[in-house]
Amino acid sequence: MALPAQKTDGADLLLARHPSPSVTTGWAGEAQTYARARLQSMGAPQRRDEYWKFTNPALLIDPETRAAVLETDKVPVFDAVDRLKMVFVDGKFSAELSDDLSLEGVEIEHLSDAMSKDIHWVREVFGVLEARGQTPVARPMAALNTAVAQDGLVIRATAEVSRPISMIYIHQDDSSDAVIHHAIRVEEGASLTILENGPAAARFNKVMEIEVADRAAFNHVRAQGRDHERKATTHMFAVLGEESQLKSFTLTVNGVLTRNEAVIEFKGDNASAHVAGAAAGDGDFHHDDTVFVTHDAVNCESRQVFKKVLRNGATGVFQGKILVKADAQKTDGYQISQGLLLDDDSQFLAKPELEIYADDVACSHGSTCGAVDETALFYLTSRGVPRSEAQDMLVLAFLDEAIQEIEDDALADDIRARLQAWMARRRG
Amino acid sequence: MLEIKNLHVSLEEEEKQILKGVDLTVGAGQVHAIMGPNGSGKSTLSYVLSGRDGYDVTEGSATLLGEDILEMEPEERAAAGLFLAFQYPVEIPGVGNMTFLRTALNGQRKARGEEELNAAEFLKLVREKAKALKIDADMLKRPVNVGFSGGEKKRNEILQMSVLEPKMCIMDETDSGLDVDAMKLVADGVNALRDAGRSFLVITHYQRLLDHIQPDVVHIMADGRIVKSGGPDLALEVENNGYADILSEVA
Ligand SMILES: Nc1ncnc2c1ncn2[C@@H]1O[C@H](COP(=O)(O)OP(=O)(O)OP(=O)(O)O)[C@@H](O)[C@H]1O
Ligand SMILES: [Mg+2]
Repeated sequence: MALPAQKTDGADLLLARHPSPSVTTGWAGEAQTYARARLQSMGAPQRRDEYWKFTNPALLIDPETRAAVLETDKVPVFDAVDRLKMVFVDGKFSAELSDDLSLEGVEIEHLSDAMSKDIHWVREVFGVLEARGQTPVARPMAALNTAVAQDGLVIRATAEVSRPISMIYIHQDDSSDAVIHHAIRVEEGASLTILENGPAAARFNKVMEIEVADRAAFNHVRAQGRDHERKATTHMFAVLGEESQLKSFTLTVNGVLTRNEAVIEFKGDNASAHVAGAAAGDGDFHHDDTVFVTHDAVNCESRQVFKKVLRNGATGVFQGKILVKADAQKTDGYQISQGLLLDDDSQFLAKPELEIYADDVACSHGSTCGAVDETALFYLTSRGVPRSEAQDMLVLAFLDEAIQEIEDDALADDIRARLQAWMARRRG
Repeated sequence: MLEIKNLHVSLEEEEKQILKGVDLTVGAGQVHAIMGPNGSGKSTLSYVLSGRDGYDVTEGSATLLGEDILEMEPEERAAAGLFLAFQYPVEIPGVGNMTFLRTALNGQRKARGEEELNAAEFLKLVREKAKALKIDADMLKRPVNVGFSGGEKKRNEILQMSVLEPKMCIMDETDSGLDVDAMKLVADGVNALRDAGRSFLVITHYQRLLDHIQPDVVHIMADGRIVKSGGPDLALEVENNGYADILSEVA
């Protein structure tokens, strides 16, 4: 069936917006060629697409980007964490601002360097996990990313890596349009923590592919930058081996448009994956979490916890699916998405889905949307807590269920401090 | 201290009048008790005084130390020295007891233009007060009232009262759900707070608490009014004979 012209034109527009990659041979060239073809055959996302029914992709496709308002934190998140810093400025890797690419138990290369080398594991990850994640639902922005990305990191962890690798996305140019692609493999028995923070660019497209081998562990904590006008579309594609573990948490405050997709597939038995997100939006804020978990192995556990606090006309979206294939017996799948609306102008749209073909599984999902608990608010204020502060305490408590999904307590506290500061600024 | 005059209150949502002209004056340093049948409006009075939403004051006034409190926000009333120990303390998952109490105390101090307590000073203060009420440190670390037993919740109310040191303490059935020893602890806590500059309004169904906390005046509330006031003997009379005699006498 031929695609509507708007979709094919949209795809061409997207490709034309980015310079062609400099390395076009070897595994990279192959991945780029296939990705380009994928994008052209599925076309650009459109409002009419079922998968984009709650989020208008126009801001991601339109040639003109609105200038973003730059906001900088005095003390950046994760500042106190002992970590390996990898800095990107408007999507370009900055060797000067970054630490040396050397850390025990891990091999790190800049994507553009890796592209001209024959690194055999990368050819099984780069663009490959993304391609796997294109069915049953198309993710055109991720295909675009693979087709044009020149920046990012190629990371292979071979042991328990002692310090987190911290990607810092600095945004300086108020009309930058950045594409970053990370390909990660955590080898058998190894463990790795990735931190990400910063607004990255006026418009940001990021893909992170992660292969978590048998008995390996991958932790991910992200704080998306708080520039008001920034637009971001991000994808995480993860494939999990036997007895492996994945934990991913994202904090989002501000941003005119954010779409975070997580595509997780269990390939080995007895593995577990937790994805969580806390989002706080005020005003012109649209935040979309789209998650797809595929259970294709026995006795795996997946957990999704997504919380959004919305006010002054902000919109929150959650699309979450758990697909349990026929052989994935003993699957334990859980999904909760909740919106807390601080006024009548804001909205939370949720589409939770379960699709189960195995018979011996325990899956549950829930989605709620409500206002602040007046009884609790009265209790707090009756003790002398000012109303605005009392409301913030309840908001923090609401979001905390997502924050508790963070493995490391110090990182969780860091995230809490971010949120508290954000709310305190709003109280003035 | 607290002066309530001809207070009429109805529900905001439905045309239902609950308080039908309450008159009550609690002098500085005094302890007053309110007894009365279920549904007579005791809790409503305590909520209206502390500023809960959902009620319309249609007539009358209430002042604390001469200040009209009915126009104030709940947190302003707290800063002015009012405290309500809830009949049903509220569970607030995700909000730590200590964070809550410290924010409350410093919120009040700030509103009064006093110096805020730092974390160490606050911790010391709470530990001291908690010890007296036999509240263990683990409980303090938990979220507000979450997973507390009925009696623990009530003790937590008194802990908050001891830390906040209000001038006018309203206690709504703090004794119900307490075992004999806990009742003694709570009463000791209250007695330790008794002071010429602090008053108590104790709502209770039982004489027992009043054995430990000697009231100056006992009021009987029925159908939204104070129908009778007297000395401690009045509580004994209720304990022995119920409300029938008193109610028929005033009818
Ligand atoms: N929000 C409300 N909606 C409907 N009725 C209410 C509401 N609040 C109070 N009432 C009614 O007002 C009356 C007084 O209630 P209140 O709780 O003040 O009684 P009380 O004297 O404290 O009783 P108890 O001894 O059982 O605690 C009751 O009939 C109660 O049902
Ligand atoms: Mg009552």
